[in-house]
Amino acid sequence: MNHYQERVCLQGHIIDSLVLAKVLDLILMMGGTFDLEDVHIGKTREEPSHTRIRIQTASRALLDDILKAIQPHGASIEHEADCRTDGAPADGVLPDDFYATTHLPTQIRLNGQWLDVDRIEMDLAIAVSEAGFVAQAVPMGEVRRGDQIVIGREGVRVIPLQRPRERDVFGFMESQVSAERPHGHIIADIATRMRQMRERHRERQSDSHVLLAGGPAIIHAGGREALTWLIEQGFIHILFCGNALAAHDMEADLFGTSLGYGLTAGRAVPHGHEHHLRTINRIRAIGGIEAAVTSGMIKQGIMAACVRQGVPVIMSGTIRDDGPLPGVITDSVLAQRAMRTLIPGVGLALLVASTLHSVATGNLLPATVPTVCVDVNPSVPTKLADRGSFQAVGLVMDAASFLSELARLLGKST
Amino acid sequence: MSRLLVCPPEFFGIEYEINPWMRLANRVNHGRAMRQWHELMRVLEKDVGVVLERMTPIPGLPDLVFTANAGIVVGRTAVVSRFRYPERQPEEAHFEDWFRGQSYDVVKVEKELYFEGAGDLLGFPEYWFGGYRQRSDFHVFPVLSERFHREIIPLELVDSRFYHLDTCLCPLSGGELLYFPAAFDRYGQAAIAERIPDKLRLAVPEDEALQFACNAVCVGKHVVLPAGCPTTQAWLRMRGYEIHTAQLDEFMKSGGSAKCLTLALD
Repeated sequence: MNHYQERVCLQGHIIDSLVLAKVLDLILMMGGTFDLEDVHIGKTREEPSHTRIRIQTASRALLDDILKAIQPHGASIEHEADCRTDGAPADGVLPDDFYATTHLPTQIRLNGQWLDVDRIEMDLAIAVSEAGFVAQAVPMGEVRRGDQIVIGREGVRVIPLQRPRERDVFGFMESQVSAERPHGHIIADIATRMRQMRERHRERQSDSHVLLAGGPAIIHAGGREALTWLIEQGFIHILFCGNALAAHDMEADLFGTSLGYGLTAGRAVPHGHEHHLRTINRIRAIGGIEAAVTSGMIKQGIMAACVRQGVPVIMSGTIRDDGPLPGVITDSVLAQRAMRTLIPGVGLALLVASTLHSVATGNLLPATVPTVCVDVNPSVPTKLADRGSFQAVGLVMDAASFLSELARLLGKST
Repeated sequence: MSRLLVCPPEFFGIEYEINPWMRLANRVNHGRAMRQWHELMRVLEKDVGVVLERMTPIPGLPDLVFTANAGIVVGRTAVVSRFRYPERQPEEAHFEDWFRGQSYDVVKVEKELYFEGAGDLLGFPEYWFGGYRQRSDFHVFPVLSERFHREIIPLELVDSRFYHLDTCLCPLSGGELLYFPAAFDRYGQAAIAERIPDKLRLAVPEDEALQFACNAVCVGKHVVLPAGCPTTQAWLRMRGYEIHTAQLDEFMKSGGSAKCLTLALD
């Protein structure tokens, strides 16, 4: 990735003299890349032109070499200043003109040095450690009085994503969502990534976790078996869900129904609407999901696979939940915090059949994480794709079909 | 009537080396230099018909004779040079005094920038060329362009023997141009070719460029150029110019010729 960058200005009669062409050629020939920003071309011969050029390189040394080479041709480094900070006025309150983050890699300038902002996530603020050596994205609610928060825009720069090297569905800069697009090759690309991720995860490499955030439609639609298999085979490493997915998964194990519908018969069974309540009650009685699995009460399914595989599950509650199951975090701020702790290390995110959990997870993910959003409702993948990451792929399709096809491509026999 | 600023070569000599032409060992024949300069002045005054303004020479400033580097004059405004080499920097104050003495509005460029006057900024009435990299800085041209409402096309000078633009490029009064292409990179060559059609452009051969064929003074249909440039002369004649040659080899020891010894005032 070309992480080193500098902005230069070039002005004068730079078009007809081919000075701009020369400067751009020099940047490319030396191994850098550039983006032209604010190009203004003089309307008459007398009127000068001016442009800002953002130069990116893979190393600091190369960047310095390029700057040295282009400065005699009029390229001057834009005036750069350190970022400004101000103390948070109270716990949970940011200074009025705090800098609001994007989900793109971000750097701040402190003491003349550019510093990466850790744990970047959209719509947060940036806190700077007392010594000024660490910058981290922080949610509003977690700020403590006196924390030094970056204010204004000066000394903050956002680094656009580079096109991924892989020539797969994530590499084409198309975040369009369409129900009409064929899904086969997209799912095949996702499967290829997941196979690579499993290898990397086994070798304990960085950013090798696959996160799945899912809704109960996975169970209702018949995707339970496929997801269970994916977890058992080590393809999924983190699960975000709500009370319902867990409850219906275990309902299926205990009663063979999902929200009262017989999963195999495909019709409502007598008193089936009580099954999920009885399931939750039994889990509450035994003390929790892990106890239910280890005791043998719950034998199969997504929750059982997670417990056996040691896959961490964050269950976030909502106001319509029954029970809830033990382990469901009912304080949404605490739930968000718990989800946030598992984000570092995620290298691929699958957001399946849940508006709530998909959007919540999408908000927490840096733009650098390839993301797949699957929903029968096009508005959900569209909302996620609109996050501005060209590594977000939206699929308008049913969760069970998606998971079954994914599992099949990864080797599950049908 | 055209006026030119000149400075008699009383104290001209090679006292330092700041371009590839200058060699301390290569002594200037003072008497010969005086004769060559006076002959050039005679041609300019009598044959070409210009008015000469003579500056007082100063001991210890051997290059004050090259008045093209005093600055540039546009109407009643004079932009005084800021020399790159410390050896020539003491000249700045004398040129400035002279301009002030003649009631010009004197303009100076920013302290960090170098600008060597009409040595690096010359052109046609509608647009100018600016030579940079060897002596003048690129950054002075946008500033001067804005001040004088003129397009200035910057040209990088890539051959240290042609360290000022007026050593390798000479715009003529009829819209023609003498230039030595190899003194510019391909961008500069393309920019020049884009502006001036083939038939109005003479690519001076290298041997004549090294005789400073491009360091010519053009006033109306008169061109004064160093002796020993037959191709250039023939082309100029074909274009209808009246040619005057001058023997200026003593000044070439310092890297200058006819044009360098004059500054156009009007």
